Amino acid sequence: MSWLASPRTGGMAALIAVVAALPLVLTNNYFYEVAILVALNAIVCVGLNLLIGYAGQISLGHAGFFGLGAYGSAILTARFGWPSLAALATAIAAAGFLAYLIGRPILRLRGHYLAMATLGMGVIAAIVVATEDRLTGGPDGMPVPPLSLFGAQLSGEATWYWVVVALLVLAVWLSLNLIESPAGRALRALSGSEVAAEVVGIDSARQKVRVFVISAVYAAAAGSLTAHYSGFITPSKVSFFHSIELVTMVVFGGMASTFGAVVGAAVLTTLPQLLTAFKEYEMMALGAIMMGTMIFMPRGLVPTLAALAAALRARKEAP
Amino acid sequence: MSLLRAEGLSKEFGGLLAVDKLSFEIAAGTVHSIIGPNGAGKTTLLNLLTGIYAPSGGRVWFEDSELTGRAPWEFAAAGVARTFQNLQVFFNMSALENVMVGRYRQERCSLASALLRTPALARAERACREEAAELMRFVGLAGWLDARADAMPYGALKRLEIARALATQPRMLLLDEPAAGLNTAETSEIDALIVKLAERGHTVVLVEHNMRLVMGVSDHILVLDYGRKLAEGSASEVRRDPRVIEAYLGSDIGARGAGATVH
Repeated sequence: MSWLASPRTGGMAALIAVVAALPLVLTNNYFYEVAILVALNAIVCVGLNLLIGYAGQISLGHAGFFGLGAYGSAILTARFGWPSLAALATAIAAAGFLAYLIGRPILRLRGHYLAMATLGMGVIAAIVVATEDRLTGGPDGMPVPPLSLFGAQLSGEATWYWVVVALLVLAVWLSLNLIESPAGRALRALSGSEVAAEVVGIDSARQKVRVFVISAVYAAAAGSLTAHYSGFITPSKVSFFHSIELVTMVVFGGMASTFGAVVGAAVLTTLPQLLTAFKEYEMMALGAIMMGTMIFMPRGLVPTLAALAAALRARKEAP
Repeated sequence: MSLLRAEGLSKEFGGLLAVDKLSFEIAAGTVHSIIGPNGAGKTTLLNLLTGIYAPSGGRVWFEDSELTGRAPWEFAAAGVARTFQNLQVFFNMSALENVMVGRYRQERCSLASALLRTPALARAERACREEAAELMRFVGLAGWLDARADAMPYGALKRLEIARALATQPRMLLLDEPAAGLNTAETSEIDALIVKLAERGHTVVLVEHNMRLVMGVSDHILVLDYGRKLAEGSASEVRRDPRVIEAYLGSDIGARGAGATVH
């Protein structure tokens, strides 16, 4: 059954089955809340993985785009009384446009230099949020009105869950489609060999900016929804630490694997909740797990496990 | 009419002229070899002819359009394709996908149709896959259709790069030492492949150290030394040229080769 092995069919079927079955074990609101945060982080990571995993371009500032989505929605609805859907669309479009403007100059840089430039971008976003306190509430954060769709307010954990997982499924589907298209192969070619990509006719600068914009749009969409869902937004979501968290999820789950990004987001969002059993050693335990994973599975969780499964299958078939 | 024309082409690296005021033309439908001792500027010249380096001086025309100072992808768009001496394979993809990337310019699609995978795109993808497989068979990689690029041996990767370059449907194909690092059997396979390309009417620019290969397939040979043109002409003209014998072929090969015909 070859369709089961293909990410675009088998993987999608597995994802839909998991999100559909999950409410069976989500027995209280807290579990729902964790599941919703997992899905929102996963949306950011699926976009970020297109940039980092597939196109091979690092960004240490994506919390900036997440924050632009979150604060854009918050400010437009709370301070200017915009309808939340219009605010959401505007905030996402603004993030995409900003990514386009910033992307052109900084994506000329490579490797460590690109890391530094994106880091700077994220730090500037954090400073703006912290100092523009009349708009953003400064370090204290600000409340965000609930999301309303066509006059109906989105409330209740279960409702939010279905909306957010539907968007995650959509995000994953779009990403899988992109990767298996000529445009997606062009992105993977950039990380394989930029010079070879150029000599077959791929305008690398344009492709990099394009994937940067796509990843920023994913981050801003998740940021905006996170703000509405939580009802409150603080600068910590725009911080450098949050950018690192997002990159870590992508790397941990497995670069250049869309489902890896989802699994990475799921593990690293739930793990801190589970590790509260370790009390004051929580962060140490988290660090040890991450170090161990990267030492023994340097390609990340999903690609390593997939390779292992393929090897086992091959051994079973060979008598 | 010449397909490519270079006029006074120069490239300087920190005061050293790797290519020095070089002018030449490449006729359509010919195999044009560039030879010269190590460090003669052959690979630098290839990089100038594909936009990887911008020249320090001089100009490059391809057909009627000037490409001086353009980016590599613009050279590709004009119809120039190449392979690399030190392999530039997409090791993060399958062999077939490597060749499919070569069809990028023909398969261009809107972002929306890529994200939504429209039926038209799915059809185009199947056709692209089939054409890439056909090219792999053409270069003799029929046995590697399902392979990952990083699982292939060196000789097969050399041919994979040729298949990828052919996938761009180039007007001119530049091969940078396609036989370097290959054993005798593999070299004669590459030899046969270049002859096959020439028979199909491809314009081939060949940089190669293997003299048997060069003398056998070339319609025209350009000899470089210290970035300058030392001699130019047909295989028999070049091999009789005393300056070439002196600087490059070595007097014994020159003496042996003079008047002799190579297969």
